[in-house]
Amino acid sequence: MSVATQRAEVPTHPSDPPASGAPVVMEHLVRQFGTTRALDGFSLDIQPGEFVALLGPSGCGKTTALRVLAGFEHLDSGRVLVDGKDLSDTPSQKRDMGMVFQSYSLFPNMTTRDNVAFGLRLRGQRSSQRRQRAGELLDLVGLSDHLSKYPHQLSGGQQQRVALARALAIEPRVLLLDEPLSALDAKVRAELRDQIRALQQRLAITTVFVTHDQEEALSMADRVCVMSKGRVEQVASPSMLYDRPSTAFVAEFVGASSRVSVELAGDRVKLFAQTVEVRGGTSALPSGPLDALLRPEDLEILAAPNGLGVITHRSFFGSTTRLQVGVGGVTVKVDVRSSAAEVFDIGERVDVLVSARDVLVTERRPAP
Amino acid sequence: MVTVTPGVIIEGDVPEVFVPESRHGLRHRIHVGRAIVLLIAGVYFLTPIYAALHFALENDQNHFSFSPLTSIPSQPGLGSAFWLSMRLAGVTMVVAMGLMVPTVVYMHLKVPKLKPLFETITLLPIVIPPIVLILGVLPSSPLWLKSSPYLLSLVYVILVMPFVYRSLAAGLGAIDLHTLVEASRSLGASWFRTLWSVVIPNLRSALLSATVLSLALVLGEYTMASLDGWQTIPVWIVATSQNDGHVTVAVAMLSLIATWVLLTLIVSLDRSQSRRTLKRKQS
Repeated sequence: MSVATQRAEVPTHPSDPPASGAPVVMEHLVRQFGTTRALDGFSLDIQPGEFVALLGPSGCGKTTALRVLAGFEHLDSGRVLVDGKDLSDTPSQKRDMGMVFQSYSLFPNMTTRDNVAFGLRLRGQRSSQRRQRAGELLDLVGLSDHLSKYPHQLSGGQQQRVALARALAIEPRVLLLDEPLSALDAKVRAELRDQIRALQQRLAITTVFVTHDQEEALSMADRVCVMSKGRVEQVASPSMLYDRPSTAFVAEFVGASSRVSVELAGDRVKLFAQTVEVRGGTSALPSGPLDALLRPEDLEILAAPNGLGVITHRSFFGSTTRLQVGVGGVTVKVDVRSSAAEVFDIGERVDVLVSARDVLVTERRPAP
Repeated sequence: MVTVTPGVIIEGDVPEVFVPESRHGLRHRIHVGRAIVLLIAGVYFLTPIYAALHFALENDQNHFSFSPLTSIPSQPGLGSAFWLSMRLAGVTMVVAMGLMVPTVVYMHLKVPKLKPLFETITLLPIVIPPIVLILGVLPSSPLWLKSSPYLLSLVYVILVMPFVYRSLAAGLGAIDLHTLVEASRSLGASWFRTLWSVVIPNLRSALLSATVLSLALVLGEYTMASLDGWQTIPVWIVATSQNDGHVTVAVAMLSLIATWVLLTLIVSLDRSQSRRTLKRKQS
């Protein structure tokens, strides 16, 4: 999987505000909707100026966590601290948080400039100041030519950039991004992703970004918080999360992986006629049957007329090609350089080798 | 290459291409059908108006005359009836909008489950006859209110509720209310500011349509005003008809035209606003 993207370097700008990031602490948050616990003891510490992504499948509670932080949802228990101050009972309009929404949220009755200046007007700034600041921020997001346009005259990507400028205009202590890219097409999405990250780094603003797209989360965030069933599964840097997932859920949710049954052989496991080291050692392994979770780049294949594996499917990803290989009753994914993958045809027999130094081993999942 | 002219049948080797002609024929039939429907509807609606106008412009000797029209300004009580109707319409609109806009917005935001109940409640004024409504209200009103014409405005608010609610509900359904409100709140706006600066401007068309429908209803209401003993335009028309039928019908015609002009003005106001906005956007 290709998750590493180049992060744009943005020069500092004379109009940039001073670093305004505030530390955020979410402690044992519980929020229940009927019989469903959207947040079940969710806790997360965010450093000043840090970019944290909340990642998880639909219904895992990531949006609820963000809405609790924004003040749009009340808490059943737990507390939210920003800059050390408990904001749990503070209404949303007094939290000083800028938010960009998933759906287009620009006020249709206002021009681009008026939208950006709206928060400043509420703060009692003079008209000339508001206009100047709105102009600067629209310049920052590359829309200085669209000051007098109305939202319906802008593309989706432009609207989200204006929404970002509007959220930044109030110099918020925390910037909240609720899947702001999900309604955009792939190209605009990639551009805006880089732009958001560059701006966040430039302004050093504490940012919480909700997404279900792991590529977005891994490429943008300083740390990623993987959530499941209202709880934190793992909080780690993107590389740590990918290379050292702490749970089977994280390993399977982040990046591609194949589950293959293994047997213990001393302090190693037996896998495809090889023995491989267990990541983290065997002491913490549960008793009972075990599975290994293998990344596509953990495996290699060799053409072998009498090999145990058979190529069943191939997907071209540009520089790499992902082959699916049926072996021993399971299907594993193997990434091969596209130039090297040309020699493998569907139906061809191959040997599967484990190239990784160690593999993640977890308890066997019961058959569905 | 063969050029096919609509309506021309091509003979010989070229396959017969009737499509343009068929389409043309179909379109023609649709146009004729529309014209017939419009004609029937027009005759149905315009015949009574024509008959009324014909009657209004006849004097006692059955001759054409403008005297019923020219005598209108001198009719006793007309000016005060007109002024009362306008005041009642104005107060009704202000109270109805002041009550309904925040209520309907709140319900859409916070308790959308109540929408079916609210829709049923707002239908009641259509189901309950106005006479029942006013006879229920009059005995239960305090004396100070009973002696004021504005009691009628309060009852008219109930009467216009179905139209105001439906216009507002349609307007709110056309915008992403939740997101707009949350965006405004996150930027630091109070509930009032959000309603005033964000929600209401985006409901302009819905509010205008509610106003048009409600004004038309209030300016033509007779039963309640009559039973409450206030001489609004419709009550004045009925009272005057006892003396001079020609003048009464002429006033009714004028009131119809005045209402139509008023409503047209309101709609044109919205259109010219939209045009100005469009022009500003284009420039």
